[in-house]
Amino acid sequence: MPDALLLHMKVNGEDVEVAAPPHFTLLEVLRYKLDLIGSKQGCDKGDCGACTVQLDGTARLSCLTLAAQADGRKVRTVEGMTAAHLHPLQDCMDKQVAAQCGFCTPGILMAAEAYLTKQARAVSRDEVAEAMAGNLCRCTGYVKIVDAIVEASEIMAAKEQG
Amino acid sequence: MLRLPIFGTKSPTSLEELVAAMAQPGAHLVAGGTDLLPNLKHGLYEPKVLVSIDRVEELQHITWDEDASMLRIGTGVTLSQIAADNEIGARFPSLAKAAGLVASPLIRNMATIGGNINLDTRCRYVNQSEFWRSAIGGCLKSGGDVCHVVPKGRSCVAAMSSDCVPVLTSLGAQLGQVGPNGRRDLAMADYYSSDGIAHTRREAGEITAEVCIPIPTRDTAAQYAKWTVRKSIDFPLVSIAMNFELSGSGHDATIVAATICLGVLAARPKLLRADKLKGLRFSDAETAEVVGELCYAQGKTLDNVPYEAGYRRSMLRVFGKRAVGQLVKSR
Repeated sequence: MPDALLLHMKVNGEDVEVAAPPHFTLLEVLRYKLDLIGSKQGCDKGDCGACTVQLDGTARLSCLTLAAQADGRKVRTVEGMTAAHLHPLQDCMDKQVAAQCGFCTPGILMAAEAYLTKQARAVSRDEVAEAMAGNLCRCTGYVKIVDAIVEASEIMAAKEQG
Repeated sequence: MLRLPIFGTKSPTSLEELVAAMAQPGAHLVAGGTDLLPNLKHGLYEPKVLVSIDRVEELQHITWDEDASMLRIGTGVTLSQIAADNEIGARFPSLAKAAGLVASPLIRNMATIGGNINLDTRCRYVNQSEFWRSAIGGCLKSGGDVCHVVPKGRSCVAAMSSDCVPVLTSLGAQLGQVGPNGRRDLAMADYYSSDGIAHTRREAGEITAEVCIPIPTRDTAAQYAKWTVRKSIDFPLVSIAMNFELSGSGHDATIVAATICLGVLAARPKLLRADKLKGLRFSDAETAEVVGELCYAQGKTLDNVPYEAGYRRSMLRVFGKRAVGQLVKSR
């Protein structure tokens, strides 16, 4: 049995030191070592996007990221989204009723936040559909999710300018 | 929930360390891991150590080497970077398009060009869970001794399913392979063999460090066409990359040379015999018809990936013709 890894990561702004077997994925470290169960274990092979987290600001699938690949990096999960107030994306998802069972929502929020932060402008429905093509939702039919992300992009862009 | 088998990991920070780590017995290279990890979770291999390339700076470059007339891309560059690179988009549009069509945005953020070049072959009888495979007793590629695609076949016909490989081959790309004995360069067209179990000519301990694409000196028109069930996530059912050298940039330009490469047939990307196209006027409707016919006539599909082989073969004609039409329109 290979030795465990001692990982140093910044998870949601906090320095974390955690030991994990080398064959663990980042998702397994988050869920089973750090009790951050917001990121969901869906298909576990990269199809569904429910496990999406941000690694150094880029949206990635944590089920296909080895624990060792996250060592020394900044990890952001859905738990890190709410500081004092709801994030505009959470607010808009709520307003538009863009979550039904909610299983895909943490992944959607992480992928959408990384995308909107990078774009830093109001985006169109088509652009959102393209950018969110790796996150599956089996309940909503996507219309309300797209609406929410478009609305959030307008709020975030206005804030940036204001 | 799918579990990875037990293995150790190594994260070297230089190319030299990477090559040394790969010389250890049982070492297996992991780049983006987006194809390897699902395969490991399905129990297709059991490496002792996974050697990750993600901290090797020397594999992270996109360099326009105008002196050598080459675009050099480090194999650790992600597909997202290639798809979003404005200069690649302008000068090698078919490559940017292919990279941008791989799987989903999340996978492209992780997957690398080197991983896509060395992507394992896929088959509907292999890329399944261990339980599923055990029900049919495995196959040549997965612990059995029969082929379910070609029942009496003795060699594996799993399909080369990479989007970038046909494009890079059509552009005449070279690979820089680095191993314990130094670097060797070879043409992508010579890199693949027809054995679905070991379909690349990568030598033991060797890694693909760089892909070099010659910058064309005359007018060219290049295109990539991919047919999938859904618009995202899926591997191609048929894929066609084409690259035409033209006599000029005007409407009456004729074809000087044509390279057409098909993917997803068997383990080896197929370069078509396309001499017929020489001298044809590029913008003629007949040219698109001829390209479609060439794809259909020489593209022998098998039942190795989803959808019936006969239907996929008909789609080669449709997508080949359509791709030329789009190219002509966009010029």
